[in-house]
Amino acid sequence: MSQPTHPNYPHRHLLGIEGLSRPDIEGLLDRADAAVAISRQVEKKRATLRGRTQINLFFEPSTRTQSSFELAGKRLGADVMNMSVASSSVKKGETLIDTAATLNAMRPDIIVVRHHSAGAVHLLARKVDCSVVNAGDGAHEHPTQALLDALTIRRNKGRIEGLRVAICGDVLHSRVARSNLILLQAMGARVRVIAPSSLLPAGIERFGVEVFTDMRKGLDGCDIVMMLRLQRERMNGSFVPSVKEYFRYFGLDADKLALAAPDALVMHPGPMNRGVEIASDIADGAQSLIREQVEMGVAVRMAVMEALASHLPNA
Amino acid sequence: MAMTEQAQILTNATLLDPADGREGPGHVLIRDGRIADIAWGAAPGLPEGARTIDCAGHVLAPGLIDMRAFVGEPGAEHRETLASASAAAAAGGVTTLVCMPDTNPVIDGPAIVDFVLRRARDTACVNVLPAAAITKGLAGHEMTEFGLLQEAGAVAFTDGLRAVTHAQVMRRAMTYARDFGALLMQHVEEPDLVGEGVMNEGELASRLGLMGIPREAETMMLERDLRLVRLTGARYHAAMISCADSVEIVRRAKHDGLPVTCGASINNLVLNEGDIGHYRTFCKLSPPLRGEADRQALAAALNEGVIDVVVSDHNPQDVETKRLPFAEAADGALGIETLLGAALRLVRAGDVTLARLLAALSANPGRILGRESGRLAVGAPADLVLIDPDVPYVLDKRTLKSRSKNSPFDEAQMQGAAVLTLVGGRIVHRSADLAGAA
Repeated sequence: MSQPTHPNYPHRHLLGIEGLSRPDIEGLLDRADAAVAISRQVEKKRATLRGRTQINLFFEPSTRTQSSFELAGKRLGADVMNMSVASSSVKKGETLIDTAATLNAMRPDIIVVRHHSAGAVHLLARKVDCSVVNAGDGAHEHPTQALLDALTIRRNKGRIEGLRVAICGDVLHSRVARSNLILLQAMGARVRVIAPSSLLPAGIERFGVEVFTDMRKGLDGCDIVMMLRLQRERMNGSFVPSVKEYFRYFGLDADKLALAAPDALVMHPGPMNRGVEIASDIADGAQSLIREQVEMGVAVRMAVMEALASHLPNA
Repeated sequence: MAMTEQAQILTNATLLDPADGREGPGHVLIRDGRIADIAWGAAPGLPEGARTIDCAGHVLAPGLIDMRAFVGEPGAEHRETLASASAAAAAGGVTTLVCMPDTNPVIDGPAIVDFVLRRARDTACVNVLPAAAITKGLAGHEMTEFGLLQEAGAVAFTDGLRAVTHAQVMRRAMTYARDFGALLMQHVEEPDLVGEGVMNEGELASRLGLMGIPREAETMMLERDLRLVRLTGARYHAAMISCADSVEIVRRAKHDGLPVTCGASINNLVLNEGDIGHYRTFCKLSPPLRGEADRQALAAALNEGVIDVVVSDHNPQDVETKRLPFAEAADGALGIETLLGAALRLVRAGDVTLARLLAALSANPGRILGRESGRLAVGAPADLVLIDPDVPYVLDKRTLKSRSKNSPFDEAQMQGAAVLTLVGGRIVHRSADLAGAA
């Protein structure tokens, strides 16, 4: 997959979509397309990261993202170690720095980090010598998710430019939403956010998006409907009154989806709350790309690590 | 210190008395720790054996009075002691600091006030005035012994980093404080509305993925308190305001004749939320840094006199509390040593006159606290600072006297510094750059 056709990725880390140029993004998506092909072969193993060590450092449990990164690393030939750090400890942050120093001493080549605090991955990246991939930091960014979403859209629609994309649900707490907002706009999509105001961050109207608090109006004519997960602790009275009310007004069902473009496609970063933000029949329906997103996740992570590999010492 | 000292004369200075705004060339004679004579204009006759310090080119003014400094003694001496805080103060031209009661144990009883005063007498090189808690243990429930605490030496009452949130508790504290003429200093922030917020609410917080603190967390607490002041007549000082709306609220209260004063942190006057950049925890503060429009409103309010006092909000923190992801890091920044240098930015920017600024840094806090210092007057304590308003330098946190290093001005271009600081006539800081006789 490492054909010279891919432009050089000019950064040492992938900490966020912010700071990436359109050519950076397109280059990663092109690499990812090649990685999809590899992953669909019987022989999936490459030697790009042979002899390299990849550590997945997860301060927040995540089965799917962690396994996606693990598989991506292994398909590129890296030795992959998973470290899940219990987040119950009082001095979480100190653990972060101390753990970073400890891991750094083990001379890894790539560290993949997920942390519950915004900016934690940037902090860690300053303390280690290797490449760092942000696998989600608080409500800040989740760049590989946005890249895999973009890849999924591009492969299904043939383009991103000019598409009308609705991002629906808990935008306030969502790193997926932030990374997607930046990426989709950089690629020329017209982005809307749809949510009750209690789940919208302050100043969202200055992000260059159209804001809707009425899902029926917001979905009108959309090409892509991207649903966000609503955390359980926010469902019952703190941000929205109840699951029942949330689903009624902001859950994606056949009735509301009918208001989008006839060929609209439905996405969700997972894990889904069926019957909360999305109806089961829609999640499993013909317009759903949700399972394909998972496949694209592995490909995008292979692409990212391959791109970073060119910056590793002795590469 | 109290022995009969050699008289000193500070000659050829530009004198500035912020108490009345008078400014001009002159000389100050110091004897027995007090200002013995002030000669505006022509040089006075030199007394026999007086030591002369040539102040040519510099501004001589009353030493700064910092109404808000957190000192780790007792309880967190690894972050700051009275000795280290006072050394930092002296280097910054601060001759009096009011230390906050957020210590361990809390300054909420006369014995602890006494302890702090004794420790300060033995170890500190500037005047240390303890502020005592409004409520026992800073818990927000039961009021402390305002009378006994004042007798022991507490100059004001505050729950420090916390607001007294319970309206009934605050009303009773105000009602009772009035009888003793006690000054209540409130941290004006409604914690319920702060919630998980860690920086100013707005676009920037949203982009950083950080939860925001709305300005209303401040304005609603301020407005509630001013209602209670109207009801009780207590002397009330809003410790630090951070936004334009608060300026209007205070302006109205003063216009209505309420016994109200207010302060602003130097951080909110010279920095804004953009200084947080990529999660700089040294800029994680309470109140948070706001937008540029708010900063400008504060600077204008300072020049106008709506803001009476500028404080350092000196809050030493170490790597254990600051080298963390932003949301998990402690609030607070060092400030006492950089207070003057940072504040002079406002003068150079044309936001405020030097006289106005120095009034907010010495004369006004002196008056609010009922001290003799904070003015250039014969008989006043010789707590003085000689300022070089122009000397340029890049701040290096390693040179700071504090035990902690969490300065938001580290590596910043600064201009203006204290070149000589005297407390009770004694030299407690002298810059190597200061020429003249020893």
